[in-house]
Amino acid sequence: MRKTGGQLIVLVAINCLVLLVGAAISGGSFLSIFNLQSMASQVPEIGLLAIGVMLAMCAGNGGMDLSGIALANLSGVLSAVLVTSVVSGTEHPAAFTFAYIAVAIAIGFLGGLMNGLLIARLNITPILCTLGTQMAFTGLAVVVSDGKAVSVGSPEPLSSIGNGLLFQIPIGFLIFAAAAVLMAGLLKYTPYGFWLMLTGTNPKAALYAGFPKSRVIITTYALSGTLSGLAGVVIAARNVNVKWDYGSSYLLIAILVAVMAGVRPEGGYGRVICVVLAAVALQLLSSVLNFGGLSNFVRDFAWGALLLTFLAVGRYDLVGILFPGNRQRAALMRTPHASKRES
Amino acid sequence: MSSSPFEGLQESQDGGVLSHIGGLIRRRPETITFMLLVMICVGVALINPAFLQASSLIDIGRASVVTGLFALGVFVILAAGGIDVSFTAIAAFTMYSMTLLVSKHLPGLPMVVIILTSVVGGAALGVINGLLVHNLKVPSLIVTIGTQYLFRGILLSFIGTVWIMSLPPQMGAFGRLPLLQFESANGATITLPMYFLVLPIAAIATWFIINRTLMGRAIFAVGGNANVAARLGYSLRTVHIFLFAYAGALAGLAGIIHVCANRQANPFDLVGTEINVIAAVVLGGARITGGTGTVSGTILGVLLVVVVNSVLVMIGIPSTWQRLVVGSFILLAAAFFVTRERMK
Repeated sequence: MRKTGGQLIVLVAINCLVLLVGAAISGGSFLSIFNLQSMASQVPEIGLLAIGVMLAMCAGNGGMDLSGIALANLSGVLSAVLVTSVVSGTEHPAAFTFAYIAVAIAIGFLGGLMNGLLIARLNITPILCTLGTQMAFTGLAVVVSDGKAVSVGSPEPLSSIGNGLLFQIPIGFLIFAAAAVLMAGLLKYTPYGFWLMLTGTNPKAALYAGFPKSRVIITTYALSGTLSGLAGVVIAARNVNVKWDYGSSYLLIAILVAVMAGVRPEGGYGRVICVVLAAVALQLLSSVLNFGGLSNFVRDFAWGALLLTFLAVGRYDLVGILFPGNRQRAALMRTPHASKRES
Repeated sequence: MSSSPFEGLQESQDGGVLSHIGGLIRRRPETITFMLLVMICVGVALINPAFLQASSLIDIGRASVVTGLFALGVFVILAAGGIDVSFTAIAAFTMYSMTLLVSKHLPGLPMVVIILTSVVGGAALGVINGLLVHNLKVPSLIVTIGTQYLFRGILLSFIGTVWIMSLPPQMGAFGRLPLLQFESANGATITLPMYFLVLPIAAIATWFIINRTLMGRAIFAVGGNANVAARLGYSLRTVHIFLFAYAGALAGLAGIIHVCANRQANPFDLVGTEINVIAAVVLGGARITGGTGTVSGTILGVLLVVVVNSVLVMIGIPSTWQRLVVGSFILLAAAFFVTRERMK
């Protein structure tokens, strides 16, 4: 499964197909550099959250992170409240930006750490725990901001993270790509990545193999929280204000992206590159629906239908039928890895 | 330690009072919910005696009907080890389509038929959930997030987005029909509406299914361990379909009552309140991994959430704190139940 899987090919095909359909509907303007840039600048928020959901799902045993967008909003709002009380964004824009980013990511990390500690040390079911922290994070964001939008303004380096371009590519997208590469490397080349996937595949075997189970789980949720914090920074950079109820549908979309990317809900398998491609595909699709003049509600409907379709694809192994051999090889590959770790 | 009369009922005779309370909590986790509820009520009544007025109590009763109906459905699914977040979308779907249908095409439809149709409609949507959960073999959370968007998307893109401000007369009349009516000290009329009765009826029906039928046995068996239940001969397919159909039926009922109580049908309503409902069920002592829980605990959990939501303002805490308080309650309750579990 560490080889190029069928899921990857399918996702690339979907991306190309949607690009073609978009070009056909719009008569070419869909592929204009401006439109591509604007679509790319919208991917990072969802993409970062989806990688977080993927990590939690990979941990298995009902792993799930429902607190992603709530934590992103909390990071954005709390950091804005804390930092503006110390540094003024208009007078010292650079200092403000760095302080803002550092505080937001630190809050994301702490929130994730809290999730991880609750799940690993107290044995609370992930769904229940992140449901509770989701409410608590949102509640805290409401309390510190008094339920109102908090102004971040557009101090220079921060605003260009959200809206600027580097080599014609939106900077936010580059940050997302960098984070994705980092996570992919972490999963592929570090013991943590091994432990995470094997714990998800078979928690009991992982326990007997002597994996540091709670450390793996705490790291997973802390990473997911840090990514949420980063998403909070991107949200603040793209918008002038941050508010506690931003992106209420992101929770579903992040899960949808993870499922589209072929992450197994039972845990043990997920690839960052597939998550990135799925997030891009979803953004393209959303833009196509926009170009087609359909309302947001049709989009909601389409997301729901898409999620269920991809669940069915995963269940009945339609990808495996299209590309026989991949799955079998993957199943064979899993065992040697496990035994290698044990010896 | 002297023994009080009821201690004879418990297994351990030698422990102190604390361990007896511990044992009671272990077997009936909702005791904690009850104690918490009583403590909050007493505390609030001390700070602001206005809380004990009949009007605020009746408000709490009224507010708990819709949440309570939802919670009973969620409880049944939770007991079988699943989770459902699509029930609010089912309720919004049935209530809005039904109201639209009655006001546009069938103005003379009697109220009983309206309610029954909503229940059947909700159950039908629930069956879709059940079939998907059973056949896709993925966690029901993910499936029902999908169907939530699906149902809501169909409602808003193909059925309508316009508020219906003037209800058909029979629905409005049902919402106003009084069960109890009296005048308060300041001359305002206080009404406990007839639809309040639906909650106790639904609670008793759920209790009956859970405790007195084979389906109830099957639900707890599946919640305890689905594989073992299947080997014992319970049909997982039947159980899954029943669960989600039952929750859907309750959601349809809750939806139509929501319309009658608010005297308007807003298709954007309800969706977004599901976390509150799940919180209520979990606070009532049902474990999210299934196999446990009681109807009385669920109702206590609902009361706790409704009371917390409505009394914060009364004791001078800004309503912005509501989410933080409920969220912390969930985490505390979860941590508490888990710790008790481990000590056993």
